[in-house]
Amino acid sequence: MSALPSQPRIRIPRSARVGEVIEIRTLIEHPMETGLRHEAGRALPRDMLTRLMVRLNGEALFSADFQNGTSTNPYHVFFVRIEKPSHFEFIWTDEKGRQARSEARVAVA
Amino acid sequence: MITRRSCLALLVLPFAAAAQTEEALSAAIRDAVGDKLATDGGITLRVPTLAENGGQVPLGIVVESPMTAQDHITAIHVFASRNPTPGVATFRLTPLLARAEVQTRIRLAEDQRLIVLAETSTGRVMRASAEMRVGAGGCLT
Repeated sequence: MSALPSQPRIRIPRSARVGEVIEIRTLIEHPMETGLRHEAGRALPRDMLTRLMVRLNGEALFSADFQNGTSTNPYHVFFVRIEKPSHFEFIWTDEKGRQARSEARVAVA
Repeated sequence: MITRRSCLALLVLPFAAAAQTEEALSAAIRDAVGDKLATDGGITLRVPTLAENGGQVPLGIVVESPMTAQDHITAIHVFASRNPTPGVATFRLTPLLARAEVQTRIRLAEDQRLIVLAETSTGRVMRASAEMRVGAGGCLT
């Protein structure tokens, strides 16, 4: 699987108390070009992410399937209750199957 | 975002095309939840009353749900009634999430209605909508 040039950014606390709800913010730099836009009379080729998949300790946690109405540089926020040391894996996939990955660990204080 | 040129094309669409937009919206909703009846309520939408930039409109969705293994939100579908295509995104949720809340940013081509459907693990479908006003418009940027 080839890699996307897109740069992901994750904002997540490094540690949390057991039972604490944490906020996870994700953003990936991507044009999300729909193929419907024109520039100088020519259609800009479609270049879209299709999916964000987030896993927590290997289990599916949250995913997003993107359609044309998702903005440039897709941004998502969601909330998780921390019960134990947690490993988060973030995978974005584009319509050509290319992927960008990031990961984060949250320790329990 | 959509260029001025394609915006002009949208403005001159005949009424038949407007009807197709309604049809595309109904089809997208059918694709997402089938023929299940949606009940209003249980969903809070956090959106600006006026979206200054139609290309980056903040959207917060909070669905009332205990988010337990037995009773949780499995999916949230977002549609825009008058974009060139109605689909915005589908979010898949699991009970590992603390609550059924998602924040994101969406594109709106013009003033229109935002429709959000939430599916529960017990087979229910909840629905909410918001009339959105778009200032500069996703079209003109």
